[in-house]
Amino acid sequence: MAFQPIKFYQTGTFTVGNRLLEADQRSVQANTQRTNSLNSGHRACQGCGEALGARYAIDAAMNATHNQLIAANATGCLEVFSTPYPETSWQIPWIHSLFGNTAAVATGIAAALKVKGRHDVRVIAQGGDGGTTDIGFGCLSGLFERNDDVLFICYDNEAYMNTGVQRSSATPPAARTATTMPVGPEPGNVFGQGKNLPRIAIAHGIPYVATATVAELRDLEAKVRRAMEIRGARYIHIFVPCPLGWGHEAHDTIRISRLAKETGLFPVFEAEHGEVTSVSRIRRKLPVADYLRPQKRFAHLFGEPARLDIIARIQAVADRNIRRFGLLEEEVH
Amino acid sequence: MDKPFAITLDVGSSLANRTGSWRTSRPVYLDRLPPCNHACPAGENIQGWLYPAESGDYESAWRVLTADNPLPAVMGRVCYHPCEDACNRGNLDTPVNINSVERFLGDEAIKCGWKFDPPAHESGKRVLVVGAGPSGLSAAYHLRRLGHQVTILEAGPFAGGMMRFGIPKYRLPRDVLDAEVSRILDTGVRLKLDTKVDDILAAMREGHFDAAFLAVGAHIGKRAYIPAGTAAKVLDAVSVLRGMEGEERPMLGRRVVVYGGGNTAIDVARTAKRLGATEAIIVYRRTREKMPAHDSEVEEALQEGVMIKWLSTIKEAGDASITVEKMVLDDKGFPQPTGEVETLEADSVVLALGQDVDLGLLKGVPGLEIRDGVVQVGPEMMTGHAGIFAGGDMVPSERTVTVAVGHGKKAARHIDAWLRGRRYTAPARHELATFDKLNPWYYSDAPKTVRPTLDILRRQSTFDEIVGGLDESNALYEARRCLSCGNCFECDNCYGICPDNAVIKLGPGKRFEFNYDYCKGCGLCAAECPCGAIAMEPEKI
Repeated sequence: MAFQPIKFYQTGTFTVGNRLLEADQRSVQANTQRTNSLNSGHRACQGCGEALGARYAIDAAMNATHNQLIAANATGCLEVFSTPYPETSWQIPWIHSLFGNTAAVATGIAAALKVKGRHDVRVIAQGGDGGTTDIGFGCLSGLFERNDDVLFICYDNEAYMNTGVQRSSATPPAARTATTMPVGPEPGNVFGQGKNLPRIAIAHGIPYVATATVAELRDLEAKVRRAMEIRGARYIHIFVPCPLGWGHEAHDTIRISRLAKETGLFPVFEAEHGEVTSVSRIRRKLPVADYLRPQKRFAHLFGEPARLDIIARIQAVADRNIRRFGLLEEEVH
Repeated sequence: MDKPFAITLDVGSSLANRTGSWRTSRPVYLDRLPPCNHACPAGENIQGWLYPAESGDYESAWRVLTADNPLPAVMGRVCYHPCEDACNRGNLDTPVNINSVERFLGDEAIKCGWKFDPPAHESGKRVLVVGAGPSGLSAAYHLRRLGHQVTILEAGPFAGGMMRFGIPKYRLPRDVLDAEVSRILDTGVRLKLDTKVDDILAAMREGHFDAAFLAVGAHIGKRAYIPAGTAAKVLDAVSVLRGMEGEERPMLGRRVVVYGGGNTAIDVARTAKRLGATEAIIVYRRTREKMPAHDSEVEEALQEGVMIKWLSTIKEAGDASITVEKMVLDDKGFPQPTGEVETLEADSVVLALGQDVDLGLLKGVPGLEIRDGVVQVGPEMMTGHAGIFAGGDMVPSERTVTVAVGHGKKAARHIDAWLRGRRYTAPARHELATFDKLNPWYYSDAPKTVRPTLDILRRQSTFDEIVGGLDESNALYEARRCLSCGNCFECDNCYGICPDNAVIKLGPGKRFEFNYDYCKGCGLCAAECPCGAIAMEPEKI
């Protein structure tokens, strides 16, 4: 656990705020002084997970750096919905890079700040899974390898949503996208080896790697805060459901994130210098079908007949995550 | 104006883009009715008083509580807490121990000497209350708060009614009762003891009362014909329990048989045990499932060694033994005799077959309707005679302290309206906050606190109070187990999880507002509100 959970104050630290806690124990988002880095009026869809994740992460980073922050933003939904010319929703210094080079742009900003002696100003690069795991991967790996003083945040909605829901290397097996249609004996995306960027980042041995979901605000904020305490290359991978691309109800964004974590499909952990240092345990373990069923991108698994074989393979992925990261309190062997 | 290359427009804020126009349904804040409040016969705002208790503000909690019920320390001991049966937390782990928090607040008030506020104004009207039991005291308290002059006439030597003469000390210590009664009297309610009203109309005339509330308890034990030898000792339960308040304790002997299956039967059997009986046997004609006594009391009695003979009736009572006949339940669940008999040794037989109310004071009052030994009242608690209201044991209802206190409150509101020549209309009830309206993920796992109970040996031999209270730390814990069903408790969830920053936080105690200029109507706030205080309503398009 990245933060110390409060055991029992009615809702403990599960909710955003808690009137029974001391002010300094409350979350950044509970505070009316939060920066609203991504302001109202942006054009994200109803219930957008990425907008939510960006609000959480950047507000927390602003808080941790006393508002001395510059962000570079890859092309993608986040950039498109927040800055239709000439409007901007960003209330921070923010620059739009190309789709693939945001890590390099951030490296450049960090280098310029270093030359100018502005050690107080911190740099964030952010983008979607396409700009991170596919197109921007080379620049990102370079940033890690050089250990540049940048926090890279990936908002992972598991496909190219901005251009019409095409498959990315973060798209999960069996999911339907515009380019992986549910036809044939193996409908939807293939069962490949996947491209697990948090684990690749750990393999670079960088100072800090963490994953988070929009269902656990406290955890997410604590991870951003921790990342801002460290100098060098840092990577946070945030799971952000996309109601449009995944085909779930707009009000289910947080529930879906919670289910991803509780089923074990999205392990939530943090690692420092190549070693996993903490994991967020599953509170109430659920079968993966509970996560898959509310999403239309997996609807073909629940047709007539249901593809129990494919669901079992996805369950095996979750079970492997649970074993690998020790996600259950007491693992039964 | 000079602009950089390829730039033709000034930078604008996205606030110019009113995304509220996208909305097809809108979130609205609302209060739903918590199931505990809904289930409370005394109409307490339970969620409302647990809320200040959660932050340790016990005096505010007690003030919210006593706005409905002036007897929290009593109720925290003797109420059968239907609120806990209804509590949504029961679907998570175990219900909130509301009863014990109520008792804690009541005891805290006695300890700290908290007083009721005097009425804000005097109405100049005079109301007579007959009977100083729970409904009479409750009505007097509420009428006094509304500014009326109240006089209680009580036939007995002490105030409290059935709380004193029906409920044994081990369930309700008398110092607690006295403290809560005297606090009501301190607001200016007059109490005359040892004053039996024989003629209500005459009493009203003589005292120049504008209205009356009748709250006579059911103090007359019902008798059943049992052939009995001349030396047989047959008593009734009410007299036995009443005798416990006097100088001389009733002589019941070593082997006591109690006949009946209600709470009174249990009280008598447990009292007999404490008076030194080696055997206290309850004879009841039906089964445990059919028994009207509350399960918790049956359980406690069995723990204390009270024995119960199910499916049995007393056929005959001799001087040192009784004859019991076995029964069977027929298809309709009624007990039928089998002819099979057995003999039980018994020094005395106590009949606990229900109680009647002495309705002598109503003789000659026109317009009254009396059916099944009780006075019929309308929805406003008024009898057929204008200006005479009634409640508690006198009217058709369940006979518990909680119901009686509820009657007192309800009658007081209607009497007040009647005195002002108006009608009291209760505010519309909110929609019920059922469990499916909540998002229970957000509540911490926290099982219920168990109140300490007195050691079994001392329970069998003394009249010490059995069930202990909570202390400050676990009362606070227990209060914080409340889910606050249907009522915002300012957890900031809606404020934090809105992707569009369309929730305005108004500050502590002031809750939140939606900014409909930017709310897109995604419904995340409603889905993630832990307590179900947000609803989505279709937008009129």
